[in-house]
Amino acid sequence: MNVWERMLELDRRWVFVGIALAVIIPIVTAYALPLGKPAPPTVAVYDYVEEMEAGEVVLISIDYSPSSMPELHPQAGAVIRHCLQRDLRVITISLNPQGTALARDLLATVAADVGAEDGVDCVNLGFKPGVSQVILGLGESIPTVYPTTADGRPIDEVPVMEGVETYDDVALLIDFAAGNLPFSWIAMAGERFNQDLALGITAVMATDLYPYLQSHQLVGLINGLKGAAEYELLLGLEGEDAPGMLGMSAQSIAHLLIIVLVIVGNIAYFASGRHRRR
Amino acid sequence: MRLQVPLVITFLAGVFMAVQFFIPHALIQTPYERLLEWGRIVAAFALVLGIASLLRTHWEKIRRQHRDWAYSVVAIGSFVLMCVVGIGWGHQRGTGFDWIFRHIQVPLDATMFSLLAFFIASAAFRTFRARSVEATLLLIAAVIVMLGRVPSALIVVFGKTGLGEQLYSAMPDISEWIMNFPTVAGKRGIIFGVSLGAIATALRIIVGIERSHLGGGGGAAGP
Repeated sequence: MNVWERMLELDRRWVFVGIALAVIIPIVTAYALPLGKPAPPTVAVYDYVEEMEAGEVVLISIDYSPSSMPELHPQAGAVIRHCLQRDLRVITISLNPQGTALARDLLATVAADVGAEDGVDCVNLGFKPGVSQVILGLGESIPTVYPTTADGRPIDEVPVMEGVETYDDVALLIDFAAGNLPFSWIAMAGERFNQDLALGITAVMATDLYPYLQSHQLVGLINGLKGAAEYELLLGLEGEDAPGMLGMSAQSIAHLLIIVLVIVGNIAYFASGRHRRR
Repeated sequence: MRLQVPLVITFLAGVFMAVQFFIPHALIQTPYERLLEWGRIVAAFALVLGIASLLRTHWEKIRRQHRDWAYSVVAIGSFVLMCVVGIGWGHQRGTGFDWIFRHIQVPLDATMFSLLAFFIASAAFRTFRARSVEATLLLIAAVIVMLGRVPSALIVVFGKTGLGEQLYSAMPDISEWIMNFPTVAGKRGIIFGVSLGAIATALRIIVGIERSHLGGGGGAAGP
């Protein structure tokens, strides 16, 4: 067995060790790498929020569970911060049962940071089961689908909900999701009710959703941890306020390691002559 | 009757939901809104049904002492604990339910998903080979898109040299081009195919040709 064949038989635990180090070292040492210029789909979401007028309503659906938090939580945090800083009214809902607690914590944290008041500037309405029925129902009557907030306050006693009856009263809908829910939002809220819609998604979902971006069914798309970091860059955030940027160095080194592994694996495959044995 | 009644309900509901889209009159929209409310109630019950089914499956595993039955004890125990704590003391911030969610469920869920990174790296090393022209094209596109997502990796490799700087600024644009044109072209074809298939399946269900949703293991009733 020559050196190339030995390399192909490399114990995969060495790969695991490499990935662990590639992630841990940049985070522990706070190793900072430049981010590059923000992608146009991220800038489109930022510009849309920038152009909205104070008091307009942004409906944000937090449709992910803790497994997708590293990518989606920084995105949602940056967008909510931007909206509250622009004096927009932020309403969060969730079609994922685990999303309601994530929405509540995120909204409370960001609102405290920017001095926004729960119930006046923002509110969390919580989880409702039944995806398509909820999305279609919001187009008919938001107070019917959500008669109370997530913590039980009647919706008509919450100032931020004043005059918010249907999608007609929502200037922008943003869905942060890991899964198939964006397709339901596009088909039902976007197409049926002409609701302006933006998405924050995990990077693996991007190829599925780019067609809708190109057909202008989406006003913009925040894509993975890089999208979160780009949005934070546009907002001028740094340090602990920019968790997306903190994670990007680790992601860059880990990606680089995977690319090196693929290249080395292919060189070893051809150099060892295994391709002739197929 | 057990077959005909569900088929008639499916036909009427399917036709009504298609027709209401084109008729904004109150005569149609009022029952449509009522149907949506029923749908939300049914969805809530479906959640209960799902929980009951999950508990029954795990209970059977424990009762029959199947392989790894101890995990089923953990699943049922966790479910009971969250129910007792949540129903007994509420689920708002600062409650026991919230503490368990944030300090146990969130790290466990994130850890499970993080393991994927290790397996993806290992699989990429062992199986991502340029065995054919198509596989080579896929491999090159994948490397470019990955580098476009993390262009700073090029600074790590080439340093802040002329080549490093040029690749650093160009790679995101090349990656974006791949995503916007070849990828979207292929993806759009798939979407058309899937959508036509979904419409055909919906029509087959509405007119009663496709009956597998009624249970009993039966599939299509005819051609």
